[in-house]
Amino acid sequence: MNSAAAQLELDADVPETHVHPARATLKRLFRHRLFLSGLGLFGIILAAAVLAPWIAPTDPTKLAMRFKFRPPGSEFAFGTDNFGRSLWSRVIWGAQLSVIIGSSVVALNAVFGTLIGALAGYFRSLDNALMRVNDAMMAFPAILLAIGITAVLGPSTLNAILALAIVYVPRTARIVRSSVIVLREMEYVQAAVAAGAGHWRILRRHILPNAMAPLIVQLSFLFAYAVLSEATLSFLGLGAVPPTPTWGNIMAEGRQYMVEAPWIITIPGIALMITVMGLNLLGDGLRDVLDPRLRIQQ
Amino acid sequence: MASLVLRRVLGALPVLLIVSLITFGMMRLIPGDPSSVIGGMSATPAQLEQIRRDLGLDEPIAVQLVRWYGGLLQGNLGRSILMGQDVMSVTLQRLPVTIALSAYALVITLVLGLASGIFAALRQNTLIDQLAMMLAMLGISIPNFFLGLLMIIFFAVQLGWLPTGGYVGFTDDPIGWLRTSTMPAISLALLQVGLLARITRSTMLEVLRQDYIRTARAKGLPERLVVMKHALSNALIPITTVVGIIVSLLVSGSVVTETLFSIPGMGQLLTQAVLNRDYPMVQGGLFLVTAFLVLINIGVDVCYSLLDPRVRHE
Repeated sequence: MNSAAAQLELDADVPETHVHPARATLKRLFRHRLFLSGLGLFGIILAAAVLAPWIAPTDPTKLAMRFKFRPPGSEFAFGTDNFGRSLWSRVIWGAQLSVIIGSSVVALNAVFGTLIGALAGYFRSLDNALMRVNDAMMAFPAILLAIGITAVLGPSTLNAILALAIVYVPRTARIVRSSVIVLREMEYVQAAVAAGAGHWRILRRHILPNAMAPLIVQLSFLFAYAVLSEATLSFLGLGAVPPTPTWGNIMAEGRQYMVEAPWIITIPGIALMITVMGLNLLGDGLRDVLDPRLRIQQ
Repeated sequence: MASLVLRRVLGALPVLLIVSLITFGMMRLIPGDPSSVIGGMSATPAQLEQIRRDLGLDEPIAVQLVRWYGGLLQGNLGRSILMGQDVMSVTLQRLPVTIALSAYALVITLVLGLASGIFAALRQNTLIDQLAMMLAMLGISIPNFFLGLLMIIFFAVQLGWLPTGGYVGFTDDPIGWLRTSTMPAISLALLQVGLLARITRSTMLEVLRQDYIRTARAKGLPERLVVMKHALSNALIPITTVVGIIVSLLVSGSVVTETLFSIPGMGQLLTQAVLNRDYPMVQGGLFLVTAFLVLINIGVDVCYSLLDPRVRHE
């Protein structure tokens, strides 16, 4: 039976007052002020990223020296930079790159962080070895490790994604591991073991679904760190290579002209802030609703 | 006490061993031939050979590994290509600058973070609480280099109160150090201020709900004593553990802050080293900074054990 059919039957069986837990959670999320404001802020950036080809049709790398240093106004919504490139286009395509990088880092963390964390938490024989390496990776200061990895791989968008994934996977693995260790000892898991379920089935069906809440919360904060760290890398000249616009490299180039053309740094800076704040608020909201143990008291 | 310190140091050894292995592996993992990456496109075969010999890359990997550990034990981490100096001595010149900046930022973090967290917890659900938490959210969301740029525009360029960048050593001229370090330290600290305020607030609220707080109030203690003596001293214990993380975040953040304000610390040095493909410097510097942070964390652990008798007697 597929899950939709199972769902229908479930819904038919129960009295009308009963709400499916997933739906109840969603309902609580959409009543949560922090979550909603985060969704609103991040939604702006997400919309800009997805709609970039339509709302910013001007090539963000097209030079037009005769238009250089135009302030924001009716002609150029966000003004132009030192090469006369439209900042509206550059910031919006930069949003797309930030979202791509952030979601790639999050996806890699979801896969590898879960894998490593589940293995370490479930199989005691692996725990020690995996966690020693994990601890060592976490001992490096995050940005320094990221620039070290970029030094090895060379600066590019793909390498920034790889570097940030390598930096943050150990942190995600640690969170998954601690939930798995607790869940492993639960009676219902012991019951599954007694019923003869294999390791793979126990992990996939009984443990991991219950370890998802803290992971989802972590991933929403991670998205914020990834966007922020990527902006830092490209501000230092170690991210995507110009002329590809990223918020970090737009700000790095605008730094020389910050007195006569302050909009070149303030507009991408504000976009970055909106993204990070939106994701942080989303994370706070998700934590309050999904993971009440970690709740900051309201 | 001595056995406690010894236990923590021994516990940190495997971490340091793996950290050193990872940093050793970095230069060897460069795709293709590291010497041509270091030498650049125009290097002649003879130059490449020279680079390989200088870095010991022409030897078998096992020999390189033995050399690396032998060097580590003697404090010899190779020679920086960019600086033309020993990696260890360059680090010893630059690290104190980063430590001074991070320490300044740490003081700002502790004062502002603890004060606003405690204050917000005591005024829970009032306007002040909400305002403090909104500011904390702003603090953890504003990129430190963006804040730094805004401060440069406002305080250095428009008002002319502080220099736009540069650095004066504390021992050379304390006032000059304050003038050059204040903006970088504030922009560096703000993220951690926000984090610490949030953590302090939730820890305080947790403690204020405990039975012994109710008892303290019931026996008629003045509120000031209840807060300062009973609540705060218990809330500070778990907060101590966060200090290690905060120091690591500060060092991490100093990379971009130092570059932005032209401060000659480790962050700026390592960024330059990466941009100039100075691999011995990157690898040695990264190892030394990380080892330094591991030591700080041992110190934090020991303090935590001393503060909390339950941990001490474990």
